[in-house]
This record gives sequence, C-alpha cells and structure tokens, in this order.
Amino acid sequence: MSLTGLFLIMFLAVHLAGNLQLILPDEGKSFNLYAHNMANNPLIQVVSKGNFFFILLHVVVSILLTRKNTAARPIGYAASKSASKATWASRNMGVLGTLVLVFIVLHLKGFWFELKYGTTPMVDYDGETIKNAFLIVKEAYQNPLYVLFYVISMALVGFHLSHGFQSAFQTLGLNHVKYTPIIKFLGLAFSIVVPVLFALIPIVMYLQNS
Amino acid sequence: MNLTLKVWRQKNASDKGKIVEYKVNDISPDCSFLEMIDILNNNLVELGDEPIAFDHDCREGICGMCSMFINGRPHGPSDEITTCQLHMRSFKDGDTIFIEPWRAEGFPVIKDLTVDRTAFDRIIEAGGYVSVNTGSAQDANNLPIPKIDADKAFDSATCIGCGACVAACKNASAMLFVSAKVSQLALLPQGQVERKQRVENMVAQMDEEGFGSCTNTGACEAECPKGISIENIARMNREYFSAKISSDNV
Repeated sequence: MSLTGLFLIMFLAVHLAGNLQLILPDEGKSFNLYAHNMANNPLIQVVSKGNFFFILLHVVVSILLTRKNTAARPIGYAASKSASKATWASRNMGVLGTLVLVFIVLHLKGFWFELKYGTTPMVDYDGETIKNAFLIVKEAYQNPLYVLFYVISMALVGFHLSHGFQSAFQTLGLNHVKYTPIIKFLGLAFSIVVPVLFALIPIVMYLQNS
Repeated sequence: MNLTLKVWRQKNASDKGKIVEYKVNDISPDCSFLEMIDILNNNLVELGDEPIAFDHDCREGICGMCSMFINGRPHGPSDEITTCQLHMRSFKDGDTIFIEPWRAEGFPVIKDLTVDRTAFDRIIEAGGYVSVNTGSAQDANNLPIPKIDADKAFDSATCIGCGACVAACKNASAMLFVSAKVSQLALLPQGQVERKQRVENMVAQMDEEGFGSCTNTGACEAECPKGISIENIARMNREYFSAKISSDNV
C-alpha cells in the first residue's frame, strides 16, 4: 500500500501543477498546449500506463489486506469505543478509498475517455491544430452538480491522504524522532492544500462562466 | 455503588455464547474491577450458578493476564493500566458496564472472558530469545551500549504480552507485541547474532496465527498498559525488509 500510495501522491502533485493552468486567464491556451505535449511525450505515456497500473495494484492489495484483516476478527465487540488516538480517517481508509475509486472512474470517463476516444473540438494555435481539452473541461463545469461532486470528492481525497501520507512512511520503517514530526506536518499540509487547490479549479471555472 | 453488568458468557470454545445481564449492589468505589467480579462470582456461587471465568494472576499490573474488554476499551476507561489496576471509582453509580473477552482469530475464547493467548507464546518460540551461549557475566565495560539504545530496549521490554494491542486494533493485528519483542533484542549486542532470522521467523509465525496486518491507526499504543510506542512497529518493518533483502533464507 505504501509504495503504490507514495507513487500516487507524486502523481497528484504533478497532476495538480498541470491542471492549475486551467484557471490561467488565457482561455485555455497554456492548458491545451500542455495537454497536447503530455499526450505526445513517449515518457509521459509510459508513466501514465504505470499510473493506471499502480492505481489497480493499490486497489488489489487493499482488497487482499481488508480480507485478511476482516478474517482476523471473525466476532466483533458488542460495545466498541475507538481509541481517541486513532483518527477517523485512519479507521475508514477502505471506505474513503472505495469512494475515491468511484470518483476516479467517473473522472476518467468524463475527461480522459472523452479526450482520447470522443469527438473532441479542435483549436488552432499559430498554425497548429490541437485538441481543445480546455473546452471539454469548461463545459463540464457549467453544471453546478458536477462542480459539487468534484468538491466533495476532493474532501474525500483529503481525508484519505491525511492518513495515507504519513502512514506510508511508517510502513516503510521510516519513523525517527527528528523526521516523523516533519513528515506528519507535510502530510497534513499536503492533504489540505492539494485537494483545496484541486477543488478550486471547478469552482473558479464555474464562477467565471456563470 | 449499584451497577448493571453485561458480561459475555460462553460455556466452552464450541459454544456460541451470549451477553448476560447481572446486577451488583453496594460495591465500594475503592474496590478494584477484579474484586468487583469476585463479589459477583461469590453471589453467583451462592445462587448455585456457574461463576464467570476470567484470567488474572498477579493483580499488580505486571503479569498481563487480566484480559477484559470493558465498555469498548481493553482494560477499561483509564490509560496505561491493566484491569487489576482499574478501580470502581472510575465508574459512576448506576452505570451499565459491558465486559467482553479479547476478540481475535488468534485468541479463541476458552470460556467466558478467558481467551487462549498461546499464539503469543508460539511467536516468542519462533525467535524471541537469544540462543547463543553468552557465557558468564563479563566486565560491563566490555559491552558499551549507548544509553539511548539501552533505554529504548528497556521500554520495549516492558511489554507484558497481555494482548490489549490485538484487542484494540481494528484489524486484530499483533504488530505492536511482536515489534516490541523484536526491538528489545535488535537494539542490544546480544541480539545481533540471530537478528535476521529472528524477525523473519517471528513475523512468519505471527501471520500463521491469523493476526491481521497493521494499517497504522495507532489504536494499539493508545491502549497499551505499558505505553509501548508504534516506533517499534516501524523498527520491525525496517528489520524485516533488511532481513528479507540480505538474509541467506531463500
């Protein structure tokens, strides 16, 4: 879980850096050029396949882990108070992860699939005609329910990350009196800042176009 | 104090078991939790009923036998104590108290609140000892050990093997117990000879006993009567990865 999780964390950071170009005031030009370059860079294509693979691996390992851990306690308690130290997110990673997976599937269907296999509008920049990915995103975020769905999903990602980030280091044996507090702080900061910025994109684009 | 107890009763390992309600009256707030059960058992014997079976031994917080899951927490509502160190003043008159055995595949119920914790013994037998002959005591200065390592090893060694970590963990994982036992020897020079095979064998035995895997919720260290830290779990993971990579065990 830790290694695949850390890869997906890195992916999130890169994905966010790219997507923030959506709210640059240039009608999507930098985003479209960025998307075009990403789609035609062979290295990015390999990383992108790796990303799908790691998402699947993360899911498969989590299913195996959950099965083992459920079998480890066949009879539950009549009264069970969760220890105050164990955060809500840490005890519900499976539920959060499943909801995030639902989001990822719908997210891929809405954008990745559309862009790759749908009929995409084209746009012309300096004589070069490329796919207008910006337009697809812009149209999708006209629907307030869709925006709401993204904002809620990002909250779920945030909770999932709030445990996952620091937990990955603990699993790898990286617990040290000097570095663990830094890791915990970075984990908390990452799990707040990244989902908030992601959630800002649909909100800003909705407000710009309404 | 007058209390309502909801106690898990189970005749034997194959019995299905159920929660049974009992009333106890005129309990002194200075009474320990186990003494309160003793009083209830005396009443049950007088009525001709079967007394409640529960594990207990030293009654001074060092043997780790008194395994009771009280109101949803191992060893009851207070931190860093065993059930025998819990007193009735921690409860209020008229309270309802749930008392259940540890719940884990690796800890099958023998009777009522008594569970079979020999899984822990088998994990220790798999490598939680030093079998090399260390001879008679030599001059202490021949074995310099940094104070911080000695303190950490000693902290890990305070684990009494009660199983509260397993009982508290949502995955019934025994990682805190096993990691404490791995750590206390990995930190000291006497443990170095068998360091790699120890962690490999103990982890293999832990998995065989049916305990779950750690998801780092930290519930174990919050409920440990000896305050063992999950820093030990990270250390065991480190020991395990490096042993898996470098040991001669194929």
